Amino acid sequence: MRFYEYESRAIVRDAGIPVTDYGFARTAEEAREIAERIGGPTVIKSQVLTGGRMKAGGVQFADTPDEAAEHAEAILSLEINGHMPRGVLVDPRAQVKQEYYAGVVWDGTAKRPLLLFSDMGGIDIEQVAEEHPDHVGRRHFSNLLPFSDFQAKQAIADAGVTGGALGRLTPIVARLARLFRDRDMTLAEINPLAQLEDGTFVALDAHMEMENEGMPRQKAVLAKLGIDESEGTREGHEPSEFEAAVKAIDSADHRGVIQGKDTGFHGNLGLVIGAGGGSLTLTDAVRSQGGSPANYSEIGGNPSVAKACGLAKQVLQKDGVEKIAVMMSIVSNTRVDIVARGVIKACLELGKDPGETIAIFRIPGAWEEEGFKILDRYGVEYCDRSVSMHEAARRAVAKIQGAPA
Amino acid sequence: MSILIDENTTFIVQGITGREAVNLTRECLDYGSKIVGGVTPGRKGRDVHGVPVFDTVEQVVEHNGGRVPDGSVVTVPPAFTKDAVMEAIAAGIGLIVIVTERIPRGDVAQMVEAADARGARIIGPNCLGLVVPGVAKMGGIGGPAKNTEQAYQAGNVGVMSRSGGMTTEISSTLTAAGLGVSTAISIGGDAIIGSTYAELMPLFEADEQTEAIVIYTEPGGRMEAQLAEWVAENDSRLPIVAFMAGRFMDDEEMKGMSFGHAGTIVEGKEDTATEKIARLEAAGIPVVERIDAIPDAVREKLGAAA
Repeated sequence: MRFYEYESRAIVRDAGIPVTDYGFARTAEEAREIAERIGGPTVIKSQVLTGGRMKAGGVQFADTPDEAAEHAEAILSLEINGHMPRGVLVDPRAQVKQEYYAGVVWDGTAKRPLLLFSDMGGIDIEQVAEEHPDHVGRRHFSNLLPFSDFQAKQAIADAGVTGGALGRLTPIVARLARLFRDRDMTLAEINPLAQLEDGTFVALDAHMEMENEGMPRQKAVLAKLGIDESEGTREGHEPSEFEAAVKAIDSADHRGVIQGKDTGFHGNLGLVIGAGGGSLTLTDAVRSQGGSPANYSEIGGNPSVAKACGLAKQVLQKDGVEKIAVMMSIVSNTRVDIVARGVIKACLELGKDPGETIAIFRIPGAWEEEGFKILDRYGVEYCDRSVSMHEAARRAVAKIQGAPA
Repeated sequence: MSILIDENTTFIVQGITGREAVNLTRECLDYGSKIVGGVTPGRKGRDVHGVPVFDTVEQVVEHNGGRVPDGSVVTVPPAFTKDAVMEAIAAGIGLIVIVTERIPRGDVAQMVEAADARGARIIGPNCLGLVVPGVAKMGGIGGPAKNTEQAYQAGNVGVMSRSGGMTTEISSTLTAAGLGVSTAISIGGDAIIGSTYAELMPLFEADEQTEAIVIYTEPGGRMEAQLAEWVAENDSRLPIVAFMAGRFMDDEEMKGMSFGHAGTIVEGKEDTATEKIARLEAAGIPVVERIDAIPDAVREKLGAAA
């Protein structure tokens, strides 16, 4: 779950980290009002879920409320990397003395959170780490014991910071570490964390990402930000028609799980495949055999006939799909006969001949004899575990390439 | 021999009255595993396929005359998993297989840290468990006993896989080729798991039955890099063959999309299939392109070692 900057700043503020007196505006008029309230030079920042705002012209500087409104007007209609902004953030232009970086991420190898701190803020931390490793403090911390301030102090001192700044930064960075843990974040970053001319510290930009699995228990945080469930997890792209349709079929019936994706797929061979690892393997297998998948899908957990049928129908109705390949790794939970019934039903309901439409059926395992009997009846080519996943993919690809256009 | 479990291993099932847990209990019992009790709070006094159900892990221990079971299979909803695992760790159970998926990483990290502190090992989460062919299985791996028997025959190859289903597909391929399997472990598909390839390698290294290793890998995370480092630092006697699924995820259009498992998402440069294949191969681990190419690759490696 990705957050907009204005939401990330609110999350940071609620954790007790100082922020500027910013405002969020959905219209140019609202932006003007905020700039008037601020009463000085402002920065107008596009609120989009993508990077590269500055380069794209999504960040502008204004001296007056009128200018703020003008910039807001322009930014609100500026598309960045295919994303339209949700609004603009109007920020007082800060007199910055120095920029720092503070961030927390997961380290899957250490299986602990990793706190990163640098006195070279405002730029990409990976670049700093590469070019100036002595300016980056890195400290893993326990996810079980309470986070103590000294752990933040160590990371800050590691980056070479001492004096008054060390004392003022420590509680801020400690709060960021606690917020990462308490809010189920996968990324909690303040960049820049700025020291102003008057000596105070503020978060001038923040980037937060919450783990999707953590969302059910973070409902209060999400509600406070005004985020409702209809926004989902804000995946990188809007769900396609196919993706939305498969999701609806999946939600309509609790038995088994089906998933479908077609963003980035443009081929003519529809894939009705499963499960997690099997789907990854089979998508690669089709491509390595010279085939072009029309989609990705996953079947798992023993779906009903209706569900398997629903997925197959959606795949068959995609533009450019000529045939489908129905393939899985050896199944022990999902029943072969049920998937067979489902995909045959899908063909029949769409007025297609299953024997012609299903290029190959390769699902070995539970109830396979019953499944193969049904497939025999409709003249569908099938195979058992003695035919490898890649060989099955080859047969499917050969059929579609040999088929008349 | 085998790793982690053998014919004497006793274990419990936490969440035993759930639909999936009832099935896996049946499957494990049929396969010859020793399940000495089950736990579902509030269901004390029932039984599941003859396995007595209790409210707490402590009650199971008491019922067994104070003997702490060797392991636990945890299959409870994600919101309650951490507590169940903490209960198992507190009781002194040494091997915990977490089947549940969709557990927040923060919880997984806490469970792993607590397990480390008490000398317990976690397999999973989001896994199907492990099987020693012909001896015992712990978890739903392989499905019903007769299906497990068909796909898994005893042999000399250790299998570790981020996908539960592919553990069976690969083991079946090794079985059909006459190589067979020593111990097969579904290690889990999440971003943080209790036992990675590199962390399990020393166990296989110490197992006389195992002569080679096959791993199934995916994009996402640094687990393969960790294995490559382990191989470089340890003079292992075991040749390793890898299979990498999800190569299509390296396409520019697929960036930032998650496929298959929660942990299967390309977030950084090191996470891509291409990068991982290069790293593994640099460590002397061949990465085959087809599942059916695995047996020959293993034989070739074994021949070279002999």
